[in-house]
Amino acid sequence: MIRLVDICRTYDLGGNPVRALVDVTEEIASGEHLAIMGPSGSGKSTLLHVLGCLDRPDAGRYELDGRDVSALDDDALSLLRRHTIGFVFQSFHLVPRLTARENVELPMVFAGVPAAERRERAMAKLRAVGLEPRASHRPDQLSGGERQRVALARATVLEPKLLLADEPTGNLDGASGRHVLEILSRMNADGLTLVVVTHDPAVARRARRLIVLRDGHVVFRGSGEQIHEAVELLSTGDGEGDAAPAPGRP
Amino acid sequence: MTAGDVVGFAFRALRGHRLRTALSLLGVSIGVAAVITLTALGEGARRYVLAQFAAVGSNMVVVLPGRAETTGAMPGFGGTPRDLTLDDALAVARGVPGVDKAAPLVIGTETVAFGARRRQVAVAGSSHEMLEVRRLSVARGRFLPEQPWDRGAPVVVLGSKLAAELFPGAEPLGQVVRIGDWRMRVIGVTAPRGQQLGMDMDDVAIVPVATAMQMFDRSSLFRLLLQARSHHRLDTVKAATLKLLSERHGEEDVTVITQDAVLSAFDSILGALTRALGGLAAISLAVAGVGIMNVMLVSVSERTREIGLLKALGAGRRQVLAAFLAEAVLISSAGGVLGLALGFAAVQVLVAIFPALPASPPAWAVAAAFLMSVAVGAVFGVVPARRATRLDPVAALGGR
Ligand SMILES: Nc1ncnc2c1ncn2[C@@H]1O[C@H](COP(=O)(O)OP(=O)(O)OP(=O)(O)O)[C@@H](O)[C@H]1O
Ligand SMILES: [Mg+2]
Repeated sequence: MIRLVDICRTYDLGGNPVRALVDVTEEIASGEHLAIMGPSGSGKSTLLHVLGCLDRPDAGRYELDGRDVSALDDDALSLLRRHTIGFVFQSFHLVPRLTARENVELPMVFAGVPAAERRERAMAKLRAVGLEPRASHRPDQLSGGERQRVALARATVLEPKLLLADEPTGNLDGASGRHVLEILSRMNADGLTLVVVTHDPAVARRARRLIVLRDGHVVFRGSGEQIHEAVELLSTGDGEGDAAPAPGRP
Repeated sequence: MTAGDVVGFAFRALRGHRLRTALSLLGVSIGVAAVITLTALGEGARRYVLAQFAAVGSNMVVVLPGRAETTGAMPGFGGTPRDLTLDDALAVARGVPGVDKAAPLVIGTETVAFGARRRQVAVAGSSHEMLEVRRLSVARGRFLPEQPWDRGAPVVVLGSKLAAELFPGAEPLGQVVRIGDWRMRVIGVTAPRGQQLGMDMDDVAIVPVATAMQMFDRSSLFRLLLQARSHHRLDTVKAATLKLLSERHGEEDVTVITQDAVLSAFDSILGALTRALGGLAAISLAVAGVGIMNVMLVSVSERTREIGLLKALGAGRRQVLAAFLAEAVLISSAGGVLGLALGFAAVQVLVAIFPALPASPPAWAVAAAFLMSVAVGAVFGVVPARRATRLDPVAALGGR
């Protein structure tokens, strides 16, 4: 489904180049569940943004569904984001003035789905994440876990093939976090390709596959069961590693 | 994304910032209301003047001695034009087809006295036809008698104000007043008429034209007033009069103007004034546009995260542009509607205060003011909306 070849992303910080991704080569199969770990600043979010076509790599090749993404123009990229990719963020990013249902409807608005159908499909998605009764609540009337479930419903309402989650449980307590993870696992079991960035070994463990980034390099590849090796690697880093659950930058 | 979706989204965004939305909306409505009110005033002035002309008689053709100089000097002044004689006037009255009534006019200033009361007024020498040509009416007695123009008579018709001044509470009819050295019998008093094209028709003494010419020692008429039989014959009457008098004088040395020409001159001057007022008021609309731009720029920078999110959810550039432009246009057109309401209300108040002024905004001003209010949002919304579309979604989402 996804093929990354020698992807590089360098930020220019006042003349100092910051190499957020260095020659990342990775394949992600359709229906896979991949966890990305790594210390803060190692390039996890940058990689996720590249995968989600929100950011363009400076070098390397990115194929999504057999298409060379770097050749696409802005309009084609927004179509890709709309129909093929879903995003979930640590801080939910719900539109505060819209109700839960209206938030879920947003991608369908951009896709030109008629209003009646939009409403129906949004309600179905909210039902799937257990939030149907909260459909007309605004985000400030919802708990963190509920907000993230609304975000999940929104990310998947147009039935994308790929779901990208950046610290989806980073702002949640244990129970809410587990609820969100269960929904994610269920969606993955239904065929959704899932890429989760996390600091939390308990989250990473659920993944079938696991990679660890450091300074923009992939320094570890393994299965979810090899989480202990990954954690060890992170804690024996050059003092920068933190495998502890999410100190979390917003 | 349908137009309804765009508007709905923009509307909800604006509802989240009621105060600043209301303030920038108010800016636009003041601009629109100013356009409506000021153009209504200009239009009111125009209509007022046109109504004045209509009261004088819209089929009027005026003949004056002297040629209208290309230098723009008033005809009849400067130089020594050949006389426009009573015989000329008679020839025109009899010989030009389409002339319904003709009235000669000589004007001078003289003191009119009755006993110890005296008053310096305009003395108009004319004929019986004056009554109809200048739309006068007689309150008491009668107007100048129907008699040949070249025959004078020691009679006078007083304007209502002059009569009231000379004969307070007394009967003027039959009394003899002195005009200069002349003793004249009062045969009539005109009904109040008010200012008519710069001449107070209530403060005049009207005498037979031949008498006035003797009184002021004139050989030439000041004007010859013609009333055409119908409005659409004005031009032929004008041409025939000019031709006849040119033949009589051997050269074209008179000026013939139709009421229409004067009217259209006033019309275009006052129309231009109205447009200028509208233009000045429109400047305030542009200022309101700057206000909208400012509010929208603030809104874009406050909502960078939201914009980043919309992009992550697959909003295209055009959709983001449309959403933010719609907000600006929504503010400005709502301001336009409110401004129209305010403007019309202000005009109502004006009309209530000055009933004589038929103030009413011209249709073009109403349409232009509203269209401009919409355009103001579209124009001044472009910069903020483009800023929104250019935001890097990653930076916007991260809020770095
Ligand atoms: N817009 C940017 N401008 C400059 N530098 C940036 C920008 N975005 C990211 N970086 C830098 O790129 C590197 C990788 O950042 P990234 O956000 O991918 O890290 P991360 O692994 O997600 O960290 P965290 O766990 O704290 O979220 C960091 O050194 C960061 O400072
Ligand atoms: Mg990150």
